[in-house]
Amino acid sequence: MKIAIASGKGGTGKTTVSLNLALSLSDVQLFDCDVEEPNCNLFLGFGLEKVEDVVCPVPVINQEKCSICRQCSDFCRYNALAALPDRILFFPSLCHGCGGCAVLCSEKAIRESERSLGVIEKAKGESSPEFYRGLLNIGETMTSAVIKTLKKYVDDRKTAILDAPPGTACPVIASIGDVDYCVLVTESTPFGFHDLRLAVDVVRSLKVPFGVVINRWGLGDSRVEEYCKAEGISILLKIPNNLKIAELYSRGIPFVQEMPEWNEKFRGMFEAIKLQLADTEEART
Amino acid sequence: MKQLTVISGKGGTGKTTLTAAFASLAKNAIIADCDVDASDMHLILKPKVLEKEDYYGLEVARIDPELCIECGRCKEFCRYGAVSGNFKVDPYGCDGCAVCTVICPKGAVSMEKRISGQVFSSETRFGPMAHASLGIGEETSGKLVSAVRSNAKKLAEQYHKDLIIIDGPPGTGCSAISAITGADLVLVVSEPTVSGVHDLKRVLELTVHFVIPTVVCINKYDINEENTQLIENFCAKLGISVIGKLPYNDIVTKAMLQEKTLIEYVKSSKCLNESEFADQICQIWTRMEKILMNIQDKQKGTKTLEMKNF
Repeated sequence: MKIAIASGKGGTGKTTVSLNLALSLSDVQLFDCDVEEPNCNLFLGFGLEKVEDVVCPVPVINQEKCSICRQCSDFCRYNALAALPDRILFFPSLCHGCGGCAVLCSEKAIRESERSLGVIEKAKGESSPEFYRGLLNIGETMTSAVIKTLKKYVDDRKTAILDAPPGTACPVIASIGDVDYCVLVTESTPFGFHDLRLAVDVVRSLKVPFGVVINRWGLGDSRVEEYCKAEGISILLKIPNNLKIAELYSRGIPFVQEMPEWNEKFRGMFEAIKLQLADTEEART
Repeated sequence: MKQLTVISGKGGTGKTTLTAAFASLAKNAIIADCDVDASDMHLILKPKVLEKEDYYGLEVARIDPELCIECGRCKEFCRYGAVSGNFKVDPYGCDGCAVCTVICPKGAVSMEKRISGQVFSSETRFGPMAHASLGIGEETSGKLVSAVRSNAKKLAEQYHKDLIIIDGPPGTGCSAISAITGADLVLVVSEPTVSGVHDLKRVLELTVHFVIPTVVCINKYDINEENTQLIENFCAKLGISVIGKLPYNDIVTKAMLQEKTLIEYVKSSKCLNESEFADQICQIWTRMEKILMNIQDKQKGTKTLEMKNF
């Protein structure tokens, strides 16, 4: 079963929920899908090893064969190719690796090579949770490609927890597009409330069952709870606005390790998710 | 005209809160909300929309079932796995590259325009504002960031403003890069948590990569003074100045609940530590203004260059 932890707004506690949930369960996989800013391992401290380079195919133009017919540069939707009077210029950082230019070239002047986008890393040896993460190269824009490669390591027989990036755009869709359940983490502030509604729109349009975790609960805006109640959205967990939790977070310590009573609460949340999924399944059949 | 972009790497460190405060302090500026997929600035600034325009992202492929002979060529060539078993295109998977249109032997694939968001030109109590809303799950947030920025530039010219303050997105990817490209100064809002420190380092690598002058502000510095020291040492080594440190304060949420900027909120507050907090933000802004004043105006620079060429 794949469970994604997402949120519209950044900094609401996705990584906190992912880590503490993963640490409260046994035999789980944890994936850090926030490949622009992966933070999970700061709290786990695992030794990491590279398991794969993420690459993107890029054209190499043989200028001698090229007749500068401009077919490739006219075709490229990403403006990665530009025709000059005497040659074709290529801008690697704009290329999405679709391969269209090589297909179109009537002179067979284009072959493909690879450019590096990032890496997939795994915790060395046996670890609990079993941990994978993606890391996007600095200056690189192909976030979703790294996330898609990372997700190849999901073992369908296990419970997989996916820590998603913030927002509602393509990297989020790449992370949560095919999961069984999505946990939306929010906070009881006006920004948290506004962005939660955006995130709900996303999971609803993807038809992914979901529930909400309210982090920093008690900050004064009760609209998140009222909204969930009105919409029939289940609130899976409330994590209070607690100085000790914030302080442990700042030092890189998952709070279940210092506050063991929370293990039970996260396991309860996992059971609630399973129940909700069973109910949805029943309603469908 | 100069451009200041506020980013953070990590989400939730206080970008929008600070940018909104700057909006109420700046004398002659345009505000641009470039966190297009989770934009919150409008909740505080309450913009009145003057002009609204549909925004078209990348096109999406559509297979005409009448013409399709199910030969499978499109599926084989699509590098994004967007063509499903029954020869339908998944709009979330499609990257709009159009390879399928040239591969299909029957000409069954066409590219369709798609509205993927809207761009707004608005007015607020602090002056003009450029912002946008992105449709659900749309690909092109980086491109939309550029659209908001060019709108902001237009507004700046129209209203004779000499500064654009850009509220950027989290991360280091496509939208963050679009938000800082060509900016004159980047302010990174950081926090002294292990994640905050890690993400600050990555985002500084990014601004170094794109050669943009950068300053740092540490928010909630007192939640972990050891990490704050770490950030200060790290920045000192890189020659990046830390232009301010703000303590943790509930005032941030209180102001947000009243839909006010911190500066406005403090005007009605009698609490001493709250007005001290606002004073510190004013000082940060004064320092930023000074730095911006000393940076050569890129816009003017290119204009003279163009004139020479002609």
